[in-house]
Amino acid sequence: MIYVVIVYLWTAILLYILLGGADFGAGIIELFTSEKNKQHTRTTMYRAIAPIWEANHMWLIIAIVVLFVGFPDIYATISTHLHIPLVIMLFGIIARGTAFTFRNYDAVIDNMQKVYNRIFVYSSFITPFFLGVIAASAVSGRIDPDAHDFLSAYIFSWLSWFSVAVGFFTVAICGFLAAIFIIGETEDEHNRKRFIRKAKQMNVAAVVFGAVVFVVAHSEGIPLDNWLFGNAVGIIAITAASLSLVLLWYLLLKKGKVIIIRVLAGFQVTMILLAITLRHYPNIVIMKGGRYLSLMEHAGQDKAIYSLGMALLLGSILILPALFYLLYSFNKNTGKWHE
Amino acid sequence: MNDFIAARSQMGLSLGFHIVFSCIGMVMPFFMAVAHFYWLRTNNIVYKNITKAWSKGVAIFFATGAVSGTVLSFELGLLWPEFMKHAGPIFGMPFSLEGTAFFIEAIALGFFLYGWDRFNKWFHWLTGVVVGVSGLVSGILVVAANAWMNSPAGFDFVNGQYLNIDPVKAMFNDAWFSQALHMCIAAFSATGFAVAGIHALMILKKQNVYFHTQAFRIAAVFACVAALLQPLSGDISAKDVSKRQPAKLAAMEAHFHTEPAAPLLIGGIPDVAAQKVNYGLQIPGLLSFMVHGDFKTPVDGLDKIPVENQPPVSITHYAFQIMVGLGMVMLLIAVCYFIAILKKKSWLSRQWLLRMFVIATPMGFIAVEAGWTVTEVGRQPWIINGIMRTADAVTPMPGIVYSFYIFTAMYISLSLIVTFLLYRQIKMVGKIYDVKNQAV
Ligand code: HDD
Ligand code: HEM
Ligand code: HEM
Repeated sequence: MIYVVIVYLWTAILLYILLGGADFGAGIIELFTSEKNKQHTRTTMYRAIAPIWEANHMWLIIAIVVLFVGFPDIYATISTHLHIPLVIMLFGIIARGTAFTFRNYDAVIDNMQKVYNRIFVYSSFITPFFLGVIAASAVSGRIDPDAHDFLSAYIFSWLSWFSVAVGFFTVAICGFLAAIFIIGETEDEHNRKRFIRKAKQMNVAAVVFGAVVFVVAHSEGIPLDNWLFGNAVGIIAITAASLSLVLLWYLLLKKGKVIIIRVLAGFQVTMILLAITLRHYPNIVIMKGGRYLSLMEHAGQDKAIYSLGMALLLGSILILPALFYLLYSFNKNTGKWHE
Repeated sequence: MNDFIAARSQMGLSLGFHIVFSCIGMVMPFFMAVAHFYWLRTNNIVYKNITKAWSKGVAIFFATGAVSGTVLSFELGLLWPEFMKHAGPIFGMPFSLEGTAFFIEAIALGFFLYGWDRFNKWFHWLTGVVVGVSGLVSGILVVAANAWMNSPAGFDFVNGQYLNIDPVKAMFNDAWFSQALHMCIAAFSATGFAVAGIHALMILKKQNVYFHTQAFRIAAVFACVAALLQPLSGDISAKDVSKRQPAKLAAMEAHFHTEPAAPLLIGGIPDVAAQKVNYGLQIPGLLSFMVHGDFKTPVDGLDKIPVENQPPVSITHYAFQIMVGLGMVMLLIAVCYFIAILKKKSWLSRQWLLRMFVIATPMGFIAVEAGWTVTEVGRQPWIINGIMRTADAVTPMPGIVYSFYIFTAMYISLSLIVTFLLYRQIKMVGKIYDVKNQAV
């Protein structure tokens, strides 16, 4: 049953990055859109995302619940030592979710819209940035459970160039996913070109920040290259991601089918996550001095894991068909631009 | 303020904020389903307008409820890591099931809000009902988790270790039923009175009277039925508390001394130093009767509880008085309303009846906050009743005071914005939904 639970945890994280990421990306794209195109971007994004945005963010909650029910030590350690970035991320989540809804449901359209837009756009940037920071800090070996002074226990546990680089990388990935997603959502040629351009820019940004992450990891002594290339699966996953990248650019230039482009983009991100996590599985938190928290050794008692697994399986039977129908119903009309 | 108090205040603040939105999230879908149903059956456009107007307000509340809930699931770890380390696997069952309920709710909400004219109309109606049912289920599940903190079950506590965990037993602990029942009814009465009160105010102001009258009727019936049931379920809760948490019951009643034929105390100012109550009204024997079913059997007082295990008496007592007092007022209003619809139709058009509802607008929510204060403060100093102390569970991180200030500022600004948006929605009803201007 423990494996069922781990698979769910991983899938929830992946889906949060893909779906929630595309959702954050919507705001990031808006941030980097010129003033005259902003309104169009906004309405297109809104049409595409509004019906599913609540569902997209449920994946985070699932991941958290799996952590605290199944792996309480890991949850407790992360939330103690990464308290500050977590709180900042929470503020981002609050600001974003409410601003998004408020601007669409405010009965009067006036200057308040500007306020909502600004909050939405900046929190769309901050939230995934700190998500990246948190993920990076969890594996960067900086958390020190024995530290007693404030700075080393609660600040330097997450503040490093490596985590900052990963933060930017996460932001770029989100922007990229959103741009890819939105290409299929617009009707006219002009805007389609615009979004394709955005997708390319974001992809370049992601590759650049990816490279920066490598350099910084190297200088801070984090064996990232070893994680990625140290074993066969990692190499295969990274190669597959690179190949799909090439294919993706080809399709973007050639106006390939939207659905294939989307699958390719999702595939890339999946491969990157797979390569990073598989190498040090089952250790998901790596702390100072080579100590780690492992999904196997720090799991809750069997009975807790068992009922968690059952609850997840039961939930999927109910959720998945409904979710697919939702996505299908509101996406029926997209993806027709090659005609 | 020290970090420990700050952590407790931050938790209480976040929960007190969230509960408002979750009550609305649980109950409004049912109101909308009724209005929607009338629209589908009668084709009277006003019902469609009511459904749509409500659903716009609800979308705002849902988003705020969802983000504040997300904050809570992190805060449990951010503020109480030691508690979650041990309690997570034990009381996690309801949370993992709740994930499913939330998910279904979010999906159904997507269909409901964005599905007008896109789907079969009864399918669309049904998605609205699903939103309500899954909201209610998730409410019941979280309350079951909270009930476990009051009435821990499903594990053996041996030498500080939590052994033989049984999450299913933990979920069906002794307190879950009485708490979940009382909470669900409370959600209906709080939301019902709030909504009915707002529409009553608009009727009194003679704006869109037809629209607001229909909306008022739907909300008022729900509210009043709930108000009738509330004291009954409260009585079940009180009996339950007396069995599992005598200290909490004693604090609720400011019952300092164990005595036979214990009196029920109404009002009064507890003087903890002197161990007595000033100015209260005492009804002899009634507390014994309510707890044990006869007027003679003694009820344990605070003197039976070691001082270090006593909850704060004054807060618990005042909160309890507020809840029960407001419950009685709402009961009275409900009785009047039922007399009006069953016997004296003429009352329905009287101003005083509507005025009562206007006055009652915030009462349900105040009672909800007070009720949770009774439950949570009355459990102190324990975070898991009799097992773990709250002080031992708090995060070691210093500086929580600042975090509390920031969160307070944020919740205040969110409340202001939500109120402002709601005000705008109501103001626009006249423009958007005036039946005269609308082609049927
Ligand atoms: C509309 C709101 C409302 C109203 C009118 C009442 N209550 Fe209540 N009460 C709640 C809303 C509430 C609540 C917020 O829902 C609580 C907090 C925890 C819970 O399970 O329900 C609660 C808790 C609560 C508890 C503590 C339960 C526990 O700790 O497990 C008791 C003993 C009562 N109530 C009793 C009553 C009585 C005798 C009432 C008589 C009128 C009453 N309540 C009216
Ligand atoms: C929504 C309704 C609720 C409200 C208004 C509420 C209110 C409060 C308040 C006021 C405190 C501080 C107690 C004190 O300082 O004396 C508190 C503490 C706490 N509550 Fe609740 N509570 C609610 C429901 C829940 C639920 C459903 C859970 C968990 C499943 C929960 C978990 C906690 C925890 C972990 C603490 C901190 C420890 C403690 O002070 O006991 N609460 N809550
Ligand atoms: C008695 C206390 C509580 C009740 C009755 C309650 C009920 C609800 C309900 C009905 C909803 C859905 C409605 C809406 O989105 O507005 C909701 C949302 C949520 N609640 Fe609570 N809740 C309580 C306390 C808690 C606690 C203690 C936690 C966390 C540990 C929590 C976590 C959440 C989350 C994560 C959501 C968002 C789900 C979504 O995206 O739809 N709630 N709550």
